[in-house]
Amino acid sequence: MMKNDGMVAVRDLVVQRGTVRAIRGLSFTAPAGQVTGLLGPSGCGKSTLMRAIVGVQVVTSGTVEVLGLPAGDKRLRDRVGYVTQAPSVYDDLTVAENLRFFARVLGAAPTEVDRCIEAVDLSQARDQVVARLSGGQRSRVSLAVALLGSPELLVLDEPTVGLDPVLRRDLWAMFHRLAATGAGLLVSSHVMDEAERCDRLLLMREGELLADDTPAALLERTSTPDVESAFLSLVERASRETVA
Amino acid sequence: MNARITLAIASRVLIQLRRDRRTLVMLLVLPCLILTLLWWMFEGGGGTGHGFDALGPPLLALIPFVVMFLVTSVTTLRERSSGTLERLLSMPTGKGDFLGGYAIAFGIVAAVQSTLAVALCHWVLDLQVSGQVWMLVVVAVVDAVLGTALGLFVSAFAQTEFQAVQFMPALVIPQMLLCGLFVPRDAMPRVLEVLSDVLPLSYAVDAMSGVVTATGDGFGGVGGEVWSDVTVVLAFTLAGLALGAATLRRRTP
Repeated sequence: MMKNDGMVAVRDLVVQRGTVRAIRGLSFTAPAGQVTGLLGPSGCGKSTLMRAIVGVQVVTSGTVEVLGLPAGDKRLRDRVGYVTQAPSVYDDLTVAENLRFFARVLGAAPTEVDRCIEAVDLSQARDQVVARLSGGQRSRVSLAVALLGSPELLVLDEPTVGLDPVLRRDLWAMFHRLAATGAGLLVSSHVMDEAERCDRLLLMREGELLADDTPAALLERTSTPDVESAFLSLVERASRETVA
Repeated sequence: MNARITLAIASRVLIQLRRDRRTLVMLLVLPCLILTLLWWMFEGGGGTGHGFDALGPPLLALIPFVVMFLVTSVTTLRERSSGTLERLLSMPTGKGDFLGGYAIAFGIVAAVQSTLAVALCHWVLDLQVSGQVWMLVVVAVVDAVLGTALGLFVSAFAQTEFQAVQFMPALVIPQMLLCGLFVPRDAMPRVLEVLSDVLPLSYAVDAMSGVVTATGDGFGGVGGEVWSDVTVVLAFTLAGLALGAATLRRRTP
């Protein structure tokens, strides 16, 4: 078994997508039992990094290990839950039909269907066709699918975009409850104010890691009042170093 | 392959289809309407000859092939672009499960579609069949699965549904022209005859016509040529599925 502090271990990862070097040599580890936030402006490589961790991205060099196995390994396929930014569910099926289908594919218990629908607060809409739901509801259907079978690692690409503040708060509470049961969560966001809800932060910019710290330590180190200012201060510091 | 996952995919595809009432009606009713139109052209005006007996069987072979080719290439493209394919492949789904699930679902639809069309042709429009009538359904299902296999394969080369639909004229119409429907294959210029020998639809049409004019007394009331045509179509189907599997990638750039 692997050590508890290395649920995800990324070493010297480089990803080239077409002519763009999306990830430029990046290393970090993310522990189990914590919500790790992946923050950075849109286009900074967050989604590419998440794809590499789930094992659906062709990587140029470097290694990605998940639960002690190479990312994308066959044995990880029912242990990692992944939610892409665009909801990947069937528009012409109802919420419950989508969940039932993916539960059968995963071999998860049928009781999981209702549990996961409730977890994302969609019980009212369970028999509605996904195409008729709002954008926020659709992304929650996609999230519910990722929760099926209680995977050990959840990789969530901007799961709270466009949701109302009450629901956002509830989802973050759920993320922390899942982490408390020992799951690891990697949650990306381009909204800096979500940072304070994470146990640990990875700040990304242009395919590189600016910081890897707890929110409190990050603010203290940069002597800034919030994560947005901390981000700016780190960017300025980095550009000064390049000039010097 | 995993039976649980394959069947989950097949039943999901059928649920999706059931929800799309308009498509379902078109799938089941349209072939019957086209065959009735053909019959009307030849027989309705008190015309001469056996036009319907000659052209009905090729159409029975063509329709399931064309329809399933179109339906499959568009639905698979949708799976690719909506991210559901990537999600399925990041789960314990095997490529064979995905392809097999689609082949089973559309095979079932084709069986229903062809049963209706064959029943209409034989009992209402009076198509004379020397072989067993159910053999027409068997050949139609094999043709439909061939369409599904090729549709799955070409969907990998389309980025949009517009492009996917364009593969129909590109890949299907030449096969329709060369399959012997318009000019008997052995009466075509040599080059075209050879070309038609390597196209799957030629064998599909030959098999269907073979059932109608069968003189053999093998299984299904047909001779060995029909079964060897069916075998060739099945071989093309398996090759199409294998090529399709090669286009399903768990990791993408």
